[in-house]
Parts: sequence; C-alpha cells; structure tokens
Amino acid sequence: MRIQEPDRPVRTAGTPPETPLVFVAKSKGALVLRAVDRHAQNQGIAPGLTLADARARQPDLLVAEMDDAADRHWLERLARHCTGWSPLVTAVPPDGITLDIAGSDHLFGGEAGLSAQVGEGFAAIGMTVRLAIAASAEAAQALVRHAPPCHALLPIAHEDEAVRALPIAALGLAEDAALALRRAGLKTVGDVAARPAASIAARFGMDAVTALRRLTGEAATPLPALAQPVPLHFKRRFAEPIAHQAAIAAVFLELLNEAAQTLEQRGLGGKRFALALFRSDGARHRLDIETGLPTPDPAVVLRLFDERIAALADPLDPGFGYDSITLFLAAAEPLAASQPALDGTQADASALAELIDRLSTRLGPASLCQLVPQDSHIPEQAQLALPAIHSRAPIRWPQPAAGEPPLRPLFLFDPPQPVEVIAQVPDGPPHRFRWRRKLHEVRLYEGPERIAAEWWGLPMSQNAEGQITAKGGLTRDYYRIEDVRGRRFWIFRHGLYHEKPTPGWYLHGMFA
Amino acid sequence: MNTHAACSDPPVSSALRWACGSGALDAVLGGGLERGRVHEFYAAETADAAAAKGFVMAVATGISQRRGAVLWLRSRRAITLGGELQASGWAELGGTPGTGLLGTVADTITQLRTAVDALRCPALGAVVVEGWGAMRELDLTATRRLALTAAKSGVPLLLLRIDAEPIPSAAQTRWQVAAAPSHALPGQAPGLPTFDITLLRQRSGPAGFDWRLEWDRDQRKFRETAVSGAVVSVPVGRPVADPGTGSPGPHRRHAA
Repeated sequence: MRIQEPDRPVRTAGTPPETPLVFVAKSKGALVLRAVDRHAQNQGIAPGLTLADARARQPDLLVAEMDDAADRHWLERLARHCTGWSPLVTAVPPDGITLDIAGSDHLFGGEAGLSAQVGEGFAAIGMTVRLAIAASAEAAQALVRHAPPCHALLPIAHEDEAVRALPIAALGLAEDAALALRRAGLKTVGDVAARPAASIAARFGMDAVTALRRLTGEAATPLPALAQPVPLHFKRRFAEPIAHQAAIAAVFLELLNEAAQTLEQRGLGGKRFALALFRSDGARHRLDIETGLPTPDPAVVLRLFDERIAALADPLDPGFGYDSITLFLAAAEPLAASQPALDGTQADASALAELIDRLSTRLGPASLCQLVPQDSHIPEQAQLALPAIHSRAPIRWPQPAAGEPPLRPLFLFDPPQPVEVIAQVPDGPPHRFRWRRKLHEVRLYEGPERIAAEWWGLPMSQNAEGQITAKGGLTRDYYRIEDVRGRRFWIFRHGLYHEKPTPGWYLHGMFA
Repeated sequence: MNTHAACSDPPVSSALRWACGSGALDAVLGGGLERGRVHEFYAAETADAAAAKGFVMAVATGISQRRGAVLWLRSRRAITLGGELQASGWAELGGTPGTGLLGTVADTITQLRTAVDALRCPALGAVVVEGWGAMRELDLTATRRLALTAAKSGVPLLLLRIDAEPIPSAAQTRWQVAAAPSHALPGQAPGLPTFDITLLRQRSGPAGFDWRLEWDRDQRKFRETAVSGAVVSVPVGRPVADPGTGSPGPHRRHAA
C-alpha cells in the first residue's frame, strides 16, 4: 500500500486551489523536489527536479519544506488505523504500509472486498492510496511502487509475471548495484531471475540474489509488527493476606505512586482507573473511577477513589484479608501541554474539571449532566442530558431573538399532565382550565403554535376522508398562557379535530 | 451569638456585587446582590414554584455574569413535581445552558454535601440548590457552613425553597417570590417574566420591601414595573376573575 499525504495543511486561504504544491528538501546544496501534488504533476513537475528548474517551468509554485519526522509520525498513525483490517501491520517508511492479510481477508469479503474497504477508508480521511496484493511483503511493496497502475490488483496467476516485468529498481538495491545490473543489459526483474543465481551473486553481490529471492517469494522475511503499548497494570501479591485498613491504604498509595511514575515517563495521564481487590476466599471487588481530563496526579486519583468508596452501598469488607491488589489503567491519554493564562483561566478550567470528576464519582456519571441540543422540534426530544464527565467541548445553544418574551418553558413535565379545559370555541384557545384540582382563569394567551408529529418516523395511514395522517403521532397545538395570578403555562391540545373526535388537553411546561 | 457570627464573617474574596437593575432594590441591598453569599428564595405558594425557579435562574444568570458555569442541584422528587429543566427555556432567560451543569441527587444530605464541594470551586458562576418541602437537614449550622464556604471562594449560593416555611439561617438575604401578571404584548400575548418579590430579611440591612420586577433577558437586568412599596401585593385569596378574563385591563394594577 502506498500513500500520498493530504496537502490540506499547507494551503492557506489566500492561494487559488490550482496552485501546484511541491515539497522540497536540501540535497547537495540545492533545493530538490521530494514530493509534488496532482496539479504539479499535471504541469510536468516531478520529484527529483531542483526547485530552480521547477520554478523555470512554472513560476507560480507553493513551496513547503519536507518534514520527515512528521511524515513518519503520520505514517505510524495510519498504520495503527490499519490494525482494524489485520492484526499484523508494518509501516514501511517513507510512504508504505504492509498488511499481512493471510487469514483476515475473508472477514471483509476476500481480497477484492478488503482492497475496496481499505481504499474507501483512506479516501474518507483524504488520502490517496495505491494498493497491491502479493504473496510476499516485498513483492507487494515493489508492485505498488513500480508496476503500472493497471497492474495494481492482480489475480494470483498473473502475479509472478507482473513481478518479473518490474524494472530493476524494484529490487531496492543500492544505486551502484542497480546501475551495474542495468549496464549488464538486465532491464527487468525477470531478466535477473532467468540467470543462474550463482553468477549473479559472483558479479553483483549476494544482496542482489537475496533481494530477488524475496521478491519472487522464494525467501520469506518476517514482518515486524507495530509495537503495541504495554498495558498499565500494577500488582501486589502478599505472602500473608492483609486486612488492616492502614496496610491496604499504604499498598494502594504505593501502587498509585508507581503508576504515576510510569505515566510521567510516558508523558501520559490516566483517564480510567480500576482497582481490583482479591480476597483470600476468592471474592473479588472492583472499583472504577473515571476522570474527564487525563490526570498524572496520584493525589487527585486517591481523592476520587475515596469518593467512590464513600459512595458504595455496602462498605468494602476485607474479611480474612486480601491476598492481591491490582491497579489497572483502562485508559490513558497524552497530557496536553497547558500554560496558565495571566488571569488564571487555566486554573479555573482544571478546577472545574476536577469538580466534575468528584461529583460524577460521588453521584454517578449519569447524575451530573450537561444539556446537549438535539435536532428535533418535538419539545421533549429537543435536548439530551449527557454525563458532564464525557462532554468537554462547549455546547452551543441557539440564542433567542432579542425583544421576544420566552417562547419555550424553563421546565417540562414528562409525561405531560392532563388538564380539563373549557374553550370558547372548539378550535380556540383555552378559556379556563383545571390543573392539580385548581381552577386557572386565562388572562393572556398566544397561539396556537402547531407542532406536528415527525411523519418520517411513523407509519402512515389514510383516514376516512382520504387525508394522510401519521399513525400514533397526533398534531399538537401549543398555547402560551398566563392566568390571572400571573402564572405562565404551556398547554397543548393533543390532536386536531379531524384527527381525533375529542382531543385531550395537556399541560406540558411552566414558564418563569 | 448571631452578632458575634456577623462580626467574624470573612470578607468576600471577590468583593463583587451584581446590580440587579432596579435602582431602589440595589440601594436597599447596598449596591446589588453580593457574590460569595447565601441567598434564600422562598416560593410564596407551591403554585409559584415555576416563578420562583425562573426568578432564581434569572438571578443566577445575572450574578454569574455569564462567565462561570451555573450548577443547578435538584432532587428526583423535584423532577417529578416540577418537571425537567429545559436548556431552551434556560437560554430564553438569557443564560448559557451550554456550560451549565445539572446535578440530580437522591436526598438532602447529598445535596448539601455536593453544594459545599461545588462552592469550593471558584470556576463556578453560581450554585443553585432547589429544595422541595421542609429540609430538616438544612439548619442554622448547615447554612452557616455553606455561607463560610461561599465567602471563601466567592461563589454565590442561591437556595431555592418551595413548599417551605422560612427558618433561621445564616443567609445574607431572604426573599419571597411570587408570579405576577405581565405587561401584555400586542395581541394579548403574555409578556416578559414578571415577579412579585419581597425582601423578607437582610443581614445587617433593612428589609420588608415589595417590588414588582420584570426580567429583561437581553440586558440581563431586572426592571421595576411598579412603584416600590406603594403597591399592595396580590391578595392570596382573591376571587378569580370576571368573565371577560381575556382582557388585561382590570388586573393591571400598574397601568401607567
């Protein structure tokens, strides 16, 4: 698989989108093009030209410097992204990724299905990829780099032929060795393979034979897998079970400090911590805590665990003692660099995050919420209460128009409360209504604001007059009402008269 | 003991007052509602719960200056009796529900403990505790603890009491809130949120005044709609309405 990186970050708003983009690096005192984009390719500018030559052909160039470290980092991230398709993935710098798909391709509909999925997956993140599948990793990399594009996906039968048709450069030899092969009249891999290996080795070195054998699949090289992060697991076993509160606390503190050290070395902060206590009689307790922002600080974690233990319905019973205690970090994230502002806003933000962590641990994550808008005009579905510990980004609620009174109530009843209403005309606003055994005389009203059911979510049916109505979802006519005492209500009639013979009235919300 | 407590009160760390917008009210309060204090709000009747909650939301919006987050703590019982808090309605009162936090607690003890912890966090703009019924745990000691914590961090605590009788407390101010008829908009539509409020008690300050206030969400200020003190508040047992209740005329005591 070969990747061309997206060219988005380099472009600024001012330049026209068709300006060719080139990446340069210094080589022997000259700036040489190392990578070019599609527009540059179309104008005949190719990697390997010096920048001066390229400028002579096309003065209007967008030039950026090559950043090898960033490319490598990006390639590694992409390689990790590929572990969804196969567990064995290797990044091949500067621009390749090899996947060992033996045994995993059938999960994605065979080689063709897998290639299609990989192509789509990379297209979705703005990357251009070329794909090839071959019997060996080297052959696949050589095909993808050197074969003409139409050869990219081959049936197995033609693979050998395609490999043999590759140019000498596909062997990946040093420049002088490749030059020697070409001078000897050997233009393709097939030419070299046709000669006896012994004579090739004698004239061009053992490297050429090894490269050839790898390319043709005669010799296999193991694929180095991506380094998997070591799980953060801290464990203590005891010769004698410990039951004393103080001893347990001391061990726990030790584990936390050990974890903090490891986290510090890796520049990480823990987000989810689990403490497992193994009792000598086989019982096992598990305590989980979670923080909104990654934290490296053992004191913060200790406080949260204290909260968690205090919130337990039945307290921890060490019984005959614990014989093993494990601290496990289920999630750790890189710590974001932070610099406090002069007015201390940074400190405020972290203080708030800490408060959210503490309260979420004590009350339970679902009991401390932030309200998130939903794309629905049904009043009771217009918001979602999400745990505050999980939502970090500031949520934007639409600002009401200036000069209007509140059009939406501050509190909604779920379910809406039935009320008895006397209206002057059947289709009209309420005249007086009875709610919770009290009669309210309507002084002011505004409405109706008609809110229909979401027809796309409900089965449709035709009623007797041939009108199409949404089954199960009746139209609601909302009235904003103020009674003589100044109390403001939001009342609706559930159903139009042609939808329902006697529509009911409900009180849905209360205004300030 | 009370005087002693008053003398030993630590000064509010961020000595800020929020001028609520009504000149007479601010003058009585000595410049506005103080941050870093406990303010109690009693709903005049249970039916005034929505008005009291709206008033407290407006005060929280104003006193937090839209900078810090507002934490609203309520019990499950409050949700059953008073409905669920709506972010759209919150925004309609000028608040910022996007940064607001909504805590649901099981009992009063948890609610008060959570409030104390929240008051320690200076990043909050205001903490609102919504209490229904007599909260036995909320005694003088508890309010004193809340008041001390609030003074230390400068975060105001708005204590909303519905269906409750005023009890001795360490609060800075105590208010009674009732709904009031609004100025009708064209087409006899209900107008801006209007409240009848009474300052029942103020620590080391005058008390016993009535105002009728209208909340202007665009300015985030209250506006007086009637002459303070000169108006009788709405009698509680008033016989309701004549037949022509559609017209706003007879009930607008504050007609210009």
